[in-house]
Amino acid sequence: MKRRGMFFRKALNFTVKLWSIFFVALAVTIIAWVLFTVFRSGLKAFSWTFFTESTKPYGIPDGGIGNALLGTLFITAGAVIIGVPPGILGGIYLSEFAQGRKRGNIIRFSANVMMGIPSILCGLFIYALLVYTTKHFSGLAGSAALAIIMFPVVLRTTEDMLQMVPDSLRESALALGTPRWRATFSVICRAAKSGLITGVLLAVARVGGETAPLLFTALWSDDWPFRFFTEPTANLTVTINEYATNSPFDVMHTRAWGAALVISIAILALNIFCRLAFKDKKGI
Amino acid sequence: MAILKKQFVNPELPDRLFRVLTAGAAWLAMLLLVGLVGQLFYCAMPAVRRFGFRFLVASEWDPVNNIYGALPAVTGTLVTTAIAIVIAVPISFIVAMYLVESAPHWLSVPISHTLDLLAAIPSIIYGMWGLFVFVPFMQTYIQPLLADRLGLKHLAFFGPEYNGFGFLTAGIILALMILPFICAVMRDVFRLVPNVLRESAFGAGATHWEVTYDIALKYGARGLLGAVFLGLGRAVGETMAILFVIGNVQNLPRSLFGSGTTIAATLANNFGEAEGILKSSLFELGLILLLTALGIQVLAQLWLNRIRKQMGEQ
Amino acid sequence: MLNLNADEIKISTRHLNFYYGKHQALFDNNLDILTNCVTAVIGPSGCGKSTYLRCLNRIFELYRDQRTEGEIIIDGRNILDKTVDVLELRRKIGMIFQKPTPFPMSVFDNVAYGLKLHFRLSRKEVGERVEKALIGASLWDEVKDKLKRNGMALSGGQQQRLCIARAIAAEPEILLMDEPTSAVDPVGTLKIEDLIEELKTRFTLVIVTHNMQQAARVSDYTAFFYQGQIVEYNRTQKIFTSPDRKQTEDYITGRFG
Repeated sequence: MKRRGMFFRKALNFTVKLWSIFFVALAVTIIAWVLFTVFRSGLKAFSWTFFTESTKPYGIPDGGIGNALLGTLFITAGAVIIGVPPGILGGIYLSEFAQGRKRGNIIRFSANVMMGIPSILCGLFIYALLVYTTKHFSGLAGSAALAIIMFPVVLRTTEDMLQMVPDSLRESALALGTPRWRATFSVICRAAKSGLITGVLLAVARVGGETAPLLFTALWSDDWPFRFFTEPTANLTVTINEYATNSPFDVMHTRAWGAALVISIAILALNIFCRLAFKDKKGI
Repeated sequence: MAILKKQFVNPELPDRLFRVLTAGAAWLAMLLLVGLVGQLFYCAMPAVRRFGFRFLVASEWDPVNNIYGALPAVTGTLVTTAIAIVIAVPISFIVAMYLVESAPHWLSVPISHTLDLLAAIPSIIYGMWGLFVFVPFMQTYIQPLLADRLGLKHLAFFGPEYNGFGFLTAGIILALMILPFICAVMRDVFRLVPNVLRESAFGAGATHWEVTYDIALKYGARGLLGAVFLGLGRAVGETMAILFVIGNVQNLPRSLFGSGTTIAATLANNFGEAEGILKSSLFELGLILLLTALGIQVLAQLWLNRIRKQMGEQ
Repeated sequence: MLNLNADEIKISTRHLNFYYGKHQALFDNNLDILTNCVTAVIGPSGCGKSTYLRCLNRIFELYRDQRTEGEIIIDGRNILDKTVDVLELRRKIGMIFQKPTPFPMSVFDNVAYGLKLHFRLSRKEVGERVEKALIGASLWDEVKDKLKRNGMALSGGQQQRLCIARAIAAEPEILLMDEPTSAVDPVGTLKIEDLIEELKTRFTLVIVTHNMQQAARVSDYTAFFYQGQIVEYNRTQKIFTSPDRKQTEDYITGRFG
């Protein structure tokens, strides 16, 4: 029988390997380039006043991002308050009452689809719902837009985490005559506590850097964010957007890089923390 | 007191309430989805009535005479998404394949973790990097190379003029953004290939590439397609990575180097100050984007569900 | 011990040690396998019998931390030597795994896979060889009408014979079988055992099993491994009727393991 040459097969194998290494190197280079730029340009902005002073109108050279930082915290906290409770409750329903049932599949399917909706459309939705009707841009509207993004994420992770609680634990809690709601909160959710917290933190990390949904809801402002419910509210990402695109001043570009660095560090730290702290939990 | 209470309150009542409450929260997922479509449709109605079908095929964007058409934004979205997918999918594939199939352990573990982290980086960071670093880089190095050195400027879709901004730049930035995501999903698909299958192919005397191409690729083909779908869903509605570098003019894409816009970028740029029929037109653009994204997601989810079911049966 | 005719020795290990990282799994392994015989390797789980098999076609090299010391001589050549072409080595040595491993492709393509990797053949020749291999694996009658079907759709026993067909299609000289019937029902097991009997006229077979009846039924020689050492190696009949070592006797009579 005629043999196939080894040479060609090995050469092909080698070529593919070479290309793989090239692309891995390329990807790593570009990514390192992005991160390097953010760090180098961002660190220049860092100073005490950068974090304590509020943003100033165009043309005034000094100022910081303190108000935007605080505003982002407020808006994100608001999103957690609005979005997490229904997410967890819904996750409980999927895990405890709807396993293997058609309605569970429909809800799960909707949640998965919802996770893929462009975030800017959540902003549009909340604009029509909250801003247009009240005639006010507000931090609250921003929170609501982010909450819509968080909700399906929390819903799905909650279900996954609760599903990892063994059935024997469920049964033994119910066998004691504990009502279902109490068994769910005091036994099942407690057993899955670290997983639930991770899910929420990852959802926070996911929305913390969002810009598009805030453009038409929270807008931005040079004030401190104390009129969160009725007025445009300062936040990091929209500030970056403004400074990077609408400002001709280098000092504002630098400040935008600084804000970008703050956000990147916060989100990377959250992700790394979640991964390290709950490494053994599946599904993350 | 406690005993009395127990006699009068139906013991099952709190449980029933609990169940109704959780069910309500869960159905919110569906409700929000329907609400979103309904709301956008309602807000888009004035524009739908005014422009009718013409909105989809018209390319004017004339705020003075209040005539709007969706074509530049829609085609711009298609072009940038296509560029991003064409760049990101093969690279993701080859990187994921290398990481799982043949990279040494000391390399694959850190890169794999980095991928997961990068997928979490906010898109505005990529957009900003694109604006301040990549646009000048495109203008001084890549575009002259493509247009002049390689002589591509004589081709129809590489315009002779370039300024760093435009569809190609936006597509590349978008590719960069979805790459870690697609790559992570593909990596997970490759990991699902049973080790014993892989060993069996190696045992038959196959090379690394042959094992990957003949066995892993065929085994995971459907999952890989799912990854492409998910990446597509991300790319199509991405705003911030594109907004800064696309150029933001209501032009039909004639050249890859030309400036243009996408649906999301049009919304981000104009929505804040828009009034009347312009606002409604923007809502209609949003509706188009929503329906596209929903279509992609529904297909992707149905597809992935089918795979999961089949995998479960084996 | 056993006196073997040196001309008939196909595989021999010389002072073979094997390590999973720091854990040593084979200790000074010296074993001669005869041409065209079925040699069974038996022993309790973790005794190193599968490890031994995985050394012979160097499949262990896929994993970091796994390494060998010593020599494995096949047809007079130390195959652990870096100059040995591992692809050619693996063509010469087919391997059957514990779980059937049909590739995600049709029955026909499964069998043609190894063949096409190593040989340049016309379509017609491929068809003939696939048929021959399927007949050789006594699967032809069962699948001749479903050659286009996915290999994964066959029953467990059929899948395993498909893997055997795939292995023998590439014209190997040695077949390694790692508990080939452990995932197969009794009827399928019987068919595979009959097949092994036929295959030994053409190939040298090494079969790892923890089923002692199976070893007694199909093999000519049996090696008993325990904790990475070869306790006893002899004609199968001898091992199962009057073993030299107490440990062997305890194991085959079911007193431990």
